[in-house]
Amino acid sequence: MSEYIIKNGHVFDSVTGIKGDKKDISVKDGKIVDKVGSSAKIVDAKGKTVMAGALDIHAHVAGPKVNAGRWYRPEDKHFDSHKVPGITRIEGGKSIPTVFKTGYAYARMGFTFVMEAAMPPMYARHVHEEIHDTPIIDEAALPVFGNNWFILEYLKNQEIENTAAYIAWILRQTKGYGVKCVNPGGTEAWAWGLNCLTIHDPVPYFDITPAEIITGLIAANEYLGLPHSFHLHQNDLGNPGNYTVTLDSLKLAEGVKPKNNFGREQVLHSTHLQFHSYGGDSFANIDSKAKEVMDYVNKQKNLTIDTGQVTLDETTTMTADGPFEHHLHALNHLKWFNVDVELETGAGVVPYIYSPNVTVNAIQWAIGLELALFAKDPERCFITTDHPNAGPFTRYPRVYSWLMSKKVRDERLNTFKNADKVISATYLAEIDREISLYELAQMTRSGPARALGLSKDYGGLAPGMNADIAIYNIDPDNFPTTGADIEKAFANVAYLFKDGKICVEEGKIVDMGHKQTFWVDAKVNENKQVMHDIKEKFLKYYSLNENNYPVPESYAPHQHILTVDAVQ
Amino acid sequence: MPKEVTDVICPFCGTLCDDVRITVSDDNKTILGVKNACAIGAEKFNHQRLPGRVKRPRMRQADGTFKEVTYDEAIDWTAKMLVKSRKTLMYGWASTSCQAMSIGHEIAEKIGGIVDNCATVCHGSSLIAIEDVGVPTCTLGEVKNRADRVIFWGCNPAHAHPRHMSRYSIFPRGFFTVKGHKGRKIYCVDCRYTDTAKCADEFIQVQQGYDYELLNALRTAARGEALPDTVGGVPKEKIIEIVEDLKQGRFIIIFFGMGLTHTMGRNHNIDIAINLTRDLNDFTKCAIMAMRGHWNVTGSGQVLGWQYGFPYAVDLSRRDQARHQTGETTSVDLLNRNEVEACFYIATDPGAHFPVDAMISSSKKPTVTIDPHIQCTTEISDLHIPVAMVGVETGGCAYRMDNVPIETRKVVDPPEGMLTDEELLTKINLKVDELLANGGA
Repeated sequence: MSEYIIKNGHVFDSVTGIKGDKKDISVKDGKIVDKVGSSAKIVDAKGKTVMAGALDIHAHVAGPKVNAGRWYRPEDKHFDSHKVPGITRIEGGKSIPTVFKTGYAYARMGFTFVMEAAMPPMYARHVHEEIHDTPIIDEAALPVFGNNWFILEYLKNQEIENTAAYIAWILRQTKGYGVKCVNPGGTEAWAWGLNCLTIHDPVPYFDITPAEIITGLIAANEYLGLPHSFHLHQNDLGNPGNYTVTLDSLKLAEGVKPKNNFGREQVLHSTHLQFHSYGGDSFANIDSKAKEVMDYVNKQKNLTIDTGQVTLDETTTMTADGPFEHHLHALNHLKWFNVDVELETGAGVVPYIYSPNVTVNAIQWAIGLELALFAKDPERCFITTDHPNAGPFTRYPRVYSWLMSKKVRDERLNTFKNADKVISATYLAEIDREISLYELAQMTRSGPARALGLSKDYGGLAPGMNADIAIYNIDPDNFPTTGADIEKAFANVAYLFKDGKICVEEGKIVDMGHKQTFWVDAKVNENKQVMHDIKEKFLKYYSLNENNYPVPESYAPHQHILTVDAVQ
Repeated sequence: MPKEVTDVICPFCGTLCDDVRITVSDDNKTILGVKNACAIGAEKFNHQRLPGRVKRPRMRQADGTFKEVTYDEAIDWTAKMLVKSRKTLMYGWASTSCQAMSIGHEIAEKIGGIVDNCATVCHGSSLIAIEDVGVPTCTLGEVKNRADRVIFWGCNPAHAHPRHMSRYSIFPRGFFTVKGHKGRKIYCVDCRYTDTAKCADEFIQVQQGYDYELLNALRTAARGEALPDTVGGVPKEKIIEIVEDLKQGRFIIIFFGMGLTHTMGRNHNIDIAINLTRDLNDFTKCAIMAMRGHWNVTGSGQVLGWQYGFPYAVDLSRRDQARHQTGETTSVDLLNRNEVEACFYIATDPGAHFPVDAMISSSKKPTVTIDPHIQCTTEISDLHIPVAMVGVETGGCAYRMDNVPIETRKVVDPPEGMLTDEELLTKINLKVDELLANGGA
């Protein structure tokens, strides 16, 4: 493999603690090293910003509901399907890009890893087929557990060991990465057209509450010692006044200590928190509770969050929170896609237009920014758009511009149609903080890498770490001042190194890299009870045979397996 | 000793039964017995050992007869045809694997093909309706475990999806449906008394061509609005009775087929059926599902979806963008308007299903058909390339009618020297690259 030396760049990296100083970064055999030989190719990064490759901790980029969004919205491609000259394929789609565009667009922005946030276990083969076809970026997927019959039955009896054994079995069958939970209990209730709106609403028939599911899954996750923590989409998403449900849910993690060998420090990751930080009791008086929520998060060291920033675009919402999508459809009357998955989960898809002229949307926009700006520890707060729910991931550069420049975000805030109402319902106008390049590196690199248990190799530029490096055309001494300039600089990297190879050069894809699928293989004690239950459920209730359930090896030809030993 | 292969996935219809057991000779070459499959599925497996199977490509001669050629010659001819043609129809894909489709799409992007699948003459109208209004649906196991009201509308699974009723929809006992058939109320809406109607508790005979009106009447009744005395031949009282009964159900499922997609109204029929489903969700739980017929046609829609964003009729002929417009980029319309310069058919038989005019147009163009069998289309092709049967002689991913993917199993070896779809398409792809690098055909 080639050797490279990246010279004279301004490095921003919290792993080595470098805050914009000039430092040469050497690359050899796919890793960052102390030094390289004299024959190493020189990459001149003078006047540029050097960071590790970015990690997206939560995006919906592959799988059945994403693809439903793609093919049932031809209008998303009608004016956006194109091919650029070179080695790339045709790319298309705005809010739900095709797999090719997904890979290229992330790489062009400096991302090297993306977590698919919700994989229905029964559809795992579909998720992996799409991951297989997505070029350049490394990916992993989180299977959903919060409405799974096995889990509901085990946790009703507080059987943590059985829950853990079942989770380990599912991770192996589906090549999954961790424990995702969407609207605990609510999606199972939705199979009967019902929902669970607080953490104490009982799940129909199963007679368990969301609070018990959350507590149990956190315990099982720590019992296994998985690289990533329990990853939660709370109940009552998107409704005015839901911040109390959010705080109730987060409090369930109090006192739980992380137990793992991956350097992870949280036990609960609360995702797209923007959708869960609303006050008021109707859409007429909805207001921001970002401060209340972040005050709590800042105090609790065992929590991490991501923002779910609204980008004010036309987009396609999609979630395993089936009842929410039905509710949204009743609000906007756009086309409603729903699928309920036997014994496991469900999902819905509804297009949505976030308009700067709609007060509620503008308030949502402000809340997302406030969460990041109130965060005291940037290593625990990550920037996402919950792609594509609050906006497409291709808008990250614009989100950065709002966070990094008070002037840019105030321009946006003050020109909303109902700016007065928005300002009075939110905290944003009073916040002066601007996120620095170093903090951005924490929020998009080292932070998510640690939360995912990948901090040993990813998210930083220390020797020995994987050579995933993004170089931006940004001179920190002369930081761009307009929103458009900031956006442009983050939208197209000068260079992207992936595993030590240059994949993007001045925004142009030059190499497809060595794409890997990450998954976690957790070893547990032999558990006859769980194996019996699995056999029985497949015989009686699944529409698929147990032997046809696993994801075959060929679906993930380049695997990066993280092994966990939870045998006791 | 013959051995038994279990958990085999049937390669025939969209039901994708995955519990088939096959007895195979000890040399791994011959299928000796098929268990659990329906009559059609068993026949599909038994085809494998029928005498007279074509084992090498056949090229049409000047006198109209076929002459055996090597795979290399066939690949060369196909690649040249693809590169030369400015616009090629690449139709079929329903009986092959998703992995093979992916390679096919790569070729199509290079040579400017139009990729279309069997939905174009089947559930294409359903896809159009879903593009308009969405769809609330579920997996087949949800039906088995929860459904207590089942409606078959314009479909006849007793013949087209023979094991559907026993595996998923009428007879099975599920978690919340412990009484099986007895706990479900089955409706069959059709203009004919079909064999599926015989299994139903109630047969509603709709006047031919009045499906839209009857669905509309059900919506009207669900909202408590006034109805005329009869709609589509069904009395008002009956319509109200049905709606009241549906509202009493805990989980309703509507299955529909060609009786809705290909009668007057087409996509509008599906549109209103979906809207009825949506309305019923205000009272109870209701889902709707298309009875996808041709094995992996659902998979073709999925792969096209994630690669280009459209479920069928994807026009890549401009090479730098993907387009999809029903009536414009759909196979039958392209052939009727004489818009393509060559035809590439794979894993289906348009000759048996397309309108005659379209096939007359097709027969005048250079045509390659890739299929294990001799069928109507091979007989009007210039070149017939036989391949291994997917799901019998090679594995690969296929999608069930509810979009659940299943990796199929290889049961026996293909005849010696015979290529699989994946191998053949990979070789054609390489040959196309070679030709393009040298400046074309």
